[in-house]
Amino acid sequence: MSRFWPLAVFVALVGFLYVGLYRDPREVPSPLIGKPAPQFQLPTVDNPAKTVTRDAMLGHVYLVNVWASWCVSCREEHPLLVEFARQHPVEILGLDYKDTRPEAMAWLGQFGNPYQSALFDADGRVGIDFGVYGVPETFVVDKKGVIRYKQIGPFTPEALNNKLLPLLQTLNSET
Amino acid sequence: MFLKPLLTSTAFAVLLALSPLVPAGEAIPVGADPVLQARMMKLATVLRCLVCQNQTIADSHADLAQDLRRQIIELMQQGKTDDQVMDYMVQRYGDFVLYRPPVKSTTALLWFGPAALVLLGGFAFYRSARHRNRAGAEEDQPLTPEQQQRADALLLDEEGSV
Repeated sequence: MSRFWPLAVFVALVGFLYVGLYRDPREVPSPLIGKPAPQFQLPTVDNPAKTVTRDAMLGHVYLVNVWASWCVSCREEHPLLVEFARQHPVEILGLDYKDTRPEAMAWLGQFGNPYQSALFDADGRVGIDFGVYGVPETFVVDKKGVIRYKQIGPFTPEALNNKLLPLLQTLNSET
Repeated sequence: MFLKPLLTSTAFAVLLALSPLVPAGEAIPVGADPVLQARMMKLATVLRCLVCQNQTIADSHADLAQDLRRQIIELMQQGKTDDQVMDYMVQRYGDFVLYRPPVKSTTALLWFGPAALVLLGGFAFYRSARHRNRAGAEEDQPLTPEQQQRADALLLDEEGSV
């Protein structure tokens, strides 16, 4: 019996390593899920005089999509979001993270604008409050202003259809 | 013809000589107060940079690390204590930012796993050692007369053949 122990230990180790192969160490679970979205009050990219606040969004289900014109994977994600916003009634706030206005405007002009408002977070302070550490990231906020989901990295078509869409339906049916 | 290797090596030597200057120019963070600066650096060496996960915020040149160093200084200027600054970071980035994770149920395996493994290994070693001792004791039994006879015959045979 005892001579099977090394084999058992080996099999267990291989099991752990195998699972580890498919886990992304860059995906750090956000402590903000289930907590109220952080306070923000930001001007929009196209109009410095117009500001959007967190509290003005209360009662709405919305997405906060963190992006930037310098962000390469945002280029993959952006067309998917544009398409998603066209097909489904969804409110998306863009959070333009550490960017410049002219570049951000040019980017939106070139790739399309799925955002209800594109907020301009020049120094990344609101980003820090949201615990952003890589762009793109997307938060889903419910009607009570609570963060319910965080997508780390770009949305894939599967994530949009299999995760986001059902989640939005659930959140929209909540009161 | 001969000039080319000379030129490349000179250029290389110049680059090599200049290279330490490049990061040195970037590494000076803002913030004038040396006391705050020292406090900030103390915290920054126990906070993980989430962009380059194996570096501290103090070591990293990532944009986010620089922003967070600036943020720490600002929080301190507002009169926040070190603990409050650490809480601020954990609230946003989770326990993962801490190089020294807190002891709680989810981190119990991390904290006590190695000690448990050592204990388990010690126990396994103790058992196998005892098992071997007992086996050894059995071997020390005196030979039966038949075994003795056979052994003598073999020994004699060996001596005879030399």
